Amino acid sequence: MDEMKWVIRDGWTMSRRSFKHILRNPDALFLSIGLPVVLMLMFVFVFGGAINTGTEYINYVVPGVIITCVGYASSMTAGSVAQDMVGGLFERFRSMPLRPSSLLVGHVIGSFVRNGIGAVIVLVVALLIGFEPNAEFWDWTGIIGYLSLFLLAISWLAVVFGLIAKSVESASAFTFFIMFLPYVSSAFVPTETMPKWLHSFAEHQPMTPLIETLRGFLTGTPIGNSAYLTLLWFGSLLILSIIMATIIFKRKKQE
Amino acid sequence: MNDAIISVKDLKKFYGSQKVLDGINFEVERGQIFALLGENGAGKTTTIRILSTLIRPDEGIAMIDGLDTSREANEVRKRISLTGQYATVDELLTGEENLQMMGHLNHLNRSTVKKRTATLLRQFDLLDAAKKQAKSYSGGMRRRLDIALGLLANPKVIFLDEPTTGLDPRSRLNMWTLIQELAKNGTTIFLTTQYLEEADQLADKIALIHNGKIVVEGTATELKKMIGEEKLVLQFQSPANLMKAHNLLDGQLNHASNSLILTAKDSTEDLRNTLNTLHEQDMMPIDIYFRKPTLEDVFMEITSHKQEGEVKYG
Ligand SMILES: Nc1ncnc2c1ncn2[C@@H]1O[C@H](COP(=O)(O)OP(=O)(O)OP(=O)(O)O)[C@@H](O)[C@H]1O
Ligand SMILES: [Mg+2]
Repeated sequence: MDEMKWVIRDGWTMSRRSFKHILRNPDALFLSIGLPVVLMLMFVFVFGGAINTGTEYINYVVPGVIITCVGYASSMTAGSVAQDMVGGLFERFRSMPLRPSSLLVGHVIGSFVRNGIGAVIVLVVALLIGFEPNAEFWDWTGIIGYLSLFLLAISWLAVVFGLIAKSVESASAFTFFIMFLPYVSSAFVPTETMPKWLHSFAEHQPMTPLIETLRGFLTGTPIGNSAYLTLLWFGSLLILSIIMATIIFKRKKQE
Repeated sequence: MNDAIISVKDLKKFYGSQKVLDGINFEVERGQIFALLGENGAGKTTTIRILSTLIRPDEGIAMIDGLDTSREANEVRKRISLTGQYATVDELLTGEENLQMMGHLNHLNRSTVKKRTATLLRQFDLLDAAKKQAKSYSGGMRRRLDIALGLLANPKVIFLDEPTTGLDPRSRLNMWTLIQELAKNGTTIFLTTQYLEEADQLADKIALIHNGKIVVEGTATELKKMIGEEKLVLQFQSPANLMKAHNLLDGQLNHASNSLILTAKDSTEDLRNTLNTLHEQDMMPIDIYFRKPTLEDVFMEITSHKQEGEVKYG
């Protein structure tokens, strides 16, 4: 019981550290918000006219932009974890009587806050340029729930990459990978318009059900079994990542 | 029973086929300053990493305060603090915030954290920089903050891996004073260094590690006896002058550099007498300097002893 109390307190100490990092490294925050916003403006005003989605394009694209934003900001966790590994801070922490989970939790909670800020700003900009969601209270609850699951899963996966990366630079490769995934999903264009081989990848990769679920909640398009697929994909990714992160952290201890 | 707080028995560590530690033994008494002296790659950091529970030895045991560092790691961690070879401060936080964070992670209560932070900032001369981000700190300040971070928990044993490497001479002297003050409070200090002089100045006991083996162990005085005093080196223009000087003064010849090596007697009076003796014969060395005995001197001494030993028994 006492043990649990300290894990929570240490997690809180480490989270406060992450909040300070967000405030003192505004570049990262701006990048993770600015990039998706620019992307949204570009797709809506530049390519939007040429893309036929059967609806107002802005209503089609916003869910994808939010996912890109959240995915990108979450994957940045890989860099900050790698920084602590390479910089030797974790080495010092490991020589202290601390639970490793509380150290990692700090990074994930920091990611949560960074994402919260990012997603809200992206949504506000979307509303300003004409996005018209028709989500009710329970839809918003669903949106927050699914987005949280997604960001937790990606953040923990980022922790895994941060732990095994040899440098901060190589950890950021992960960020690019996550950044890239929404493009080959139904985020920006309907998957039917893609070449056959790409189409079947796009159709079956986890981003597509997630985006369809979000789109359903936001604009009322049919969700079908996307919600279950999302739960399955990101739920198992989350569990696997947490297990892997813990194992790797322990392994590093005994090398 | 002896009062050893650290005791290491037959410690071995391999990385692949490389034998990094090859059967290390030593003991450190409570309240001592112990220096592990060695060149790059000798195995200093590896030894510290084993003692501070970061890695496990392949063979042998390391005990701290009667606890096994691999089997009772968590108990050991409550008694130690580690300041690694490379500063591990959080660059984006201020000095004060770094200390506070470490205080909270050491599970001190709020008011203790406040008090300890203030004390440490003063003690480590960081008051002016307390509210500045650590990334703006100089190497010396960073190192001081780094060591201060290890002191929040009031550890029984402090590990300092090369605490003065990269510091300028003045910061190095300050660091020595700080370390000596820490030891006055009864804390045991285990430090590593590449400098013989540093070990000599600071440590109650020195162990010299070379290629993963402890080659000598003893007090600074014992080690000094082995390597002798500071040297005075006189260099001459020609071998003829060198031989002439050798007849006048008692010293060791170094033909390669045309110089005569005398034992320095630590007085200017002695230096003047030496030069006068030469002057009376109309001779002047082209270069004169004092030289501290170095790690190489120690190795030379040890290897020459070993060779003598071989001759004796061979
Ligand atoms: N994780 C590792 N994997 C492989 N080899 C290692 C590892 N850690 C250390 N070594 C090797 O072990 C030897 C001793 O390293 P160690 O870091 O203990 O030396 P050191 O005395 O601290 O040197 P320095 O003064 O450069 O810090 C070196 O040859 C090093 O290359
Ligand atoms: Mg080292």
